[in-house]
Amino acid sequence: MKKVLVVCGNGLGSSMIVEMNIKAALKEMGKDAEVSHTDLTTAKTEQADLFIGSEDIVESLEDGRKHVVKLKNLMDKNELRTALEQNI
Amino acid sequence: MVDIIMKDILGTPAILVGLFALIGLLVQRKNSGDVVSGTLKTVMGFVILGAGANVLVQSLGQFSSMFNEAFAVDGVIPNNEAIVALAQESFGTETAMIMLFGMLVNILLARFSPFKYIFLTGHHTMFMACLIAVILTTGGFSGLSLIILGSIILGSLMVLSPAMLQPFTRKITGSDDFAIGHFGSIGYLVSAIVGKAVGKGSKSTEEIKVPKSLGFLRDTSVSVSLTMVILFFVVAGAAGPAFVEGELSGGKNFLVFAFMQGITFAAGVYIILAGVRMLLGEIVPAFKGIADKIVPNAKPALDCPAIFPFAGNAVIIGFLFSFIAGLVSMLFLPLLGLKVIVPGLVPHFFTGAAAGVFGNATGGRRGAVIGSMANGVMISFLPALLLPVLGSLGFQGTTFGDADFGVVGIVLGNLVKLFDSAGVLFAAIIVILAVLFFIGFRSKAGESKDGSEAA
Repeated sequence: MKKVLVVCGNGLGSSMIVEMNIKAALKEMGKDAEVSHTDLTTAKTEQADLFIGSEDIVESLEDGRKHVVKLKNLMDKNELRTALEQNI
Repeated sequence: MVDIIMKDILGTPAILVGLFALIGLLVQRKNSGDVVSGTLKTVMGFVILGAGANVLVQSLGQFSSMFNEAFAVDGVIPNNEAIVALAQESFGTETAMIMLFGMLVNILLARFSPFKYIFLTGHHTMFMACLIAVILTTGGFSGLSLIILGSIILGSLMVLSPAMLQPFTRKITGSDDFAIGHFGSIGYLVSAIVGKAVGKGSKSTEEIKVPKSLGFLRDTSVSVSLTMVILFFVVAGAAGPAFVEGELSGGKNFLVFAFMQGITFAAGVYIILAGVRMLLGEIVPAFKGIADKIVPNAKPALDCPAIFPFAGNAVIIGFLFSFIAGLVSMLFLPLLGLKVIVPGLVPHFFTGAAAGVFGNATGGRRGAVIGSMANGVMISFLPALLLPVLGSLGFQGTTFGDADFGVVGIVLGNLVKLFDSAGVLFAAIIVILAVLFFIGFRSKAGESKDGSEAA
């Protein structure tokens, strides 16, 4: 099963909302994945198949090995859905 | 047997919140694996929270000693995570109960009133529950009346705060899809109003080029360690090597000691955040799941970074000017006989940035600058004024950071002092909330009338 990690500055509020949105979207798409959320510092040392967060935050995760998806508007469900369809 | 259930099981906050998670998971009919892991993780989150508080409190103590030696006044670092973690030892059960029933009141209000907001920023729900528990307990409430009154207050705030901001949030996002659920909301409201007053003809912040290099401060661990190390250096320098090395560090060089204490504080905050994340990981989704079933057209009220993408420059500008206002306020606080509130990067970043976005929406650049400065002044003075009503918790060297905690705490704390009888106080609070709801209805009605006229 693929692992998706949602990242925000504090790892409390926005990333948890996006995690819930991703779970709902995946259900609609009929896909299954392990989704969780955390803060930026922790994300740097975590393993996951896909890192999702707002552009300015997850930029600093890119090290050439991580698969990072940057969202322009964290709360836009359509953008999120498109990103998931392309990457899962 | 009854004693074991009432005192040892329900009286242990970690187990109590674990039970909430358990019920939430069962209601959602999760499979047994999810139920077991979710429940255990919630209990563990609470234990981690306490462990983080232990790490943090040592560093906080060192900071206070140095600050007092250097400036002969008390310095207080506002940090919600820290004060809530410290409060859990004495107010854990009350906090957990008020949080749970406050969420229920939120769902009921969303179901039966025109305010369809579901407040999803779980850590702020918990912090506000804690503040209310502390103040009502200090005011002599306990048991059932504490929980009933506390959860009515909390649940009302959970819909009033997003409702108050919604006209401006709509202007920022250009839609009515979500609201802002964050207890810095009075700061944002003031910023939006100030922006409206001063910002006539000012262009939007989004037409300026702002360097993105400050973005790394959005990483909480980085910004906390950076601020705390700088603060410790300044304070250790001011207290002098003789004092630090003689009294506190046991002979270790004062700069090395200051550096390690700053990092220790940040490590404490990091542990507490990890605990809060684990603690709320099951409760918030369960809350949303239940609310979605019961409340038709529920509107989620989200954490403040939700509006950051709509005005990226206002975020940076808001943070900078809020922080500057915080630094200036720090100099004025002791002149007024108040404790010194040391500005932290985290509250100024999150609430300053959001205030900047609100200020920009109503008053362009000038609105963003002056609005966020108003927020910065508020989150310096409100925490200082809040300290006296926090009872014994007011002497821990830390306090609540964001604007609403200050306003709610001060109002509630003074009401508690004003009315001796619990019944009168109860009535007074209900009347105040009713008035707030009435104002909300009126402005909402006026708004939809405007809307239909425009259409």
